[in-house]
Amino acid sequence: MSAEQARRLVVLAAIWIVLLLAPFWMAPLGGYTALATRVLVLGLAAMSVNFLLGFTGVLSFGHAAYFGLGAYGAGLTLKYLALSTPLSLLLGMLLGGVAGAILGALIVRRRGVYFAMVTIAFGQVFYYIAFQWSSLTGGDDGLRGFSRQPLDLGFVRVDILSSANNFYYFVLVCFALAVAVMGFILRSPYGRTMIAIRENERRARFLGIPVERHIWIAFTLSCFFMGFAGALYALVNNFADPRGLHYSQSGDFVMMAVMGGMRNFWGPLLGAAVFVILQDYLSSVTINWMSFVGMLFVLVVLFFPRGLLGVVGGRGRA
Amino acid sequence: MTVLEIRNVTKRFGSLVAVRDVSLSVPKGELRAIIGPNGAGKTTFFNLISGFFPPTAGSIAFDGRDITQLPAHRRVTLGMARTFQITEIFPELTVLENVRIGVEVASGYRLRPWISAAERARVHHRVEELLKLTGLTASSGRLVGELAHGHQRAAEIAMALALRPHLLLLDEPTAGMGDQETYEITQLIARLHREEKFTIVLIEHDMRVVFHLADRITVLDQGSLLAEGTPQEIAANEAVQAAYLGQAA
Repeated sequence: MSAEQARRLVVLAAIWIVLLLAPFWMAPLGGYTALATRVLVLGLAAMSVNFLLGFTGVLSFGHAAYFGLGAYGAGLTLKYLALSTPLSLLLGMLLGGVAGAILGALIVRRRGVYFAMVTIAFGQVFYYIAFQWSSLTGGDDGLRGFSRQPLDLGFVRVDILSSANNFYYFVLVCFALAVAVMGFILRSPYGRTMIAIRENERRARFLGIPVERHIWIAFTLSCFFMGFAGALYALVNNFADPRGLHYSQSGDFVMMAVMGGMRNFWGPLLGAAVFVILQDYLSSVTINWMSFVGMLFVLVVLFFPRGLLGVVGGRGRA
Repeated sequence: MTVLEIRNVTKRFGSLVAVRDVSLSVPKGELRAIIGPNGAGKTTFFNLISGFFPPTAGSIAFDGRDITQLPAHRRVTLGMARTFQITEIFPELTVLENVRIGVEVASGYRLRPWISAAERARVHHRVEELLKLTGLTASSGRLVGELAHGHQRAAEIAMALALRPHLLLLDEPTAGMGDQETYEITQLIARLHREEKFTIVLIEHDMRVVFHLADRITVLDQGSLLAEGTPQEIAANEAVQAAYLGQAA
């Protein structure tokens, strides 16, 4: 085992120990378990954005749309279809992923700013649909009247509604599954073509990689992850909000990814943690909390252009 | 057997005719150099061959198959690989990772979510082979972006070779290099041509390199075919001398 591999293993072990023990160390530090749950869910969303941004080199500014679709998908499932938490997650993920696959096919030919603009435009379409279609989505008030259901594991029923710790561990399991799949993809031959496209699109093309198709696949996969994160977010709040689809939410995800370090697999999780914890703490002090987060963001971009984890992560790859 | 058959291709950009009615035939195993004064249309001609854009008129056949309208990546899968005047590599990856991507794509693994241990071993073996051929074994763990110019070019050639091309297109392989690097790259190309029997078409400014390597030379001037022949014939050709002297004067 090389020193590099050993270092990676230690970092990985440290991350998982911190996550596994979060309910125990959050409280003494003045936090609470539900905050850790939010970090996980928004961290997963930021990692999904970064799957595209950091590893394929494509910036989507409308990913909140697929996050929001996931949330509405899960909420509507619980409200109208079936009282099943796993089914709500599955359908939420599918709604986000399928919408991403269809719209992705329309936008992968665009590049750079044009790509970002088109993703914003499509994202806003979903925002206005959620906002206007009150009979289904609850409009401006958001979708209410559903709640996450106990998990039936066959031999035991786990209450994830009233026990914050149980729910945290349920979300952690979901997070671990999604992140494992993401890491697995990035280490595959396909994942290496994504990195090839990020590094040099022209060379990738002249190696015989159909670049547009590969970007479309990356976009679609990232929308599936995004839909999954959104579905989890609906379960966190027992509520789905049209503002979850708004482009400002997309901007928050991009900010988390960039702040944490977009060349680093775990960077966006750290970015999400900083964002969520600052938001929680500062918003109880001042309504202008966003200015402070923004200031921090500017400082990070100026002094750590590779993000907070980019400094320690060296070459920072999955 | 003819690998590349170009018939009467013309490329217009608006009112500018960059390439005018040029034909060219390259048999298997030949090393063809394309030369010409600046603005002769060499790079446009090269881009027509590799599929950057389709010609305005004329046809291009590769291995007996019409590829005039095929996009670049389809030509690559048919066996046409190229390098660029400004080296196109994956700068933040290691030499090994650069070449591995080429080998995996060439092995048809580009959409695979996983590969077996045996497949990984085969990929690795092929990567080692290519690094050895291009003299990069010692730098395999270094980032390509940190290598000297000549080694970056060698890495780009290794990636192109990973595709097991029937035709290798080299756009000014020694551009911007010092004497030592030019010598090394020339030796590498000579080895690929004479020992590995690759069919190669290259654009080159350095006449020492051209006359050392080429079996035949095609001369373009102002977008048109000026002359074609062996290095001796071209050296003796008065029209060619006039074109080059005319430019110098």
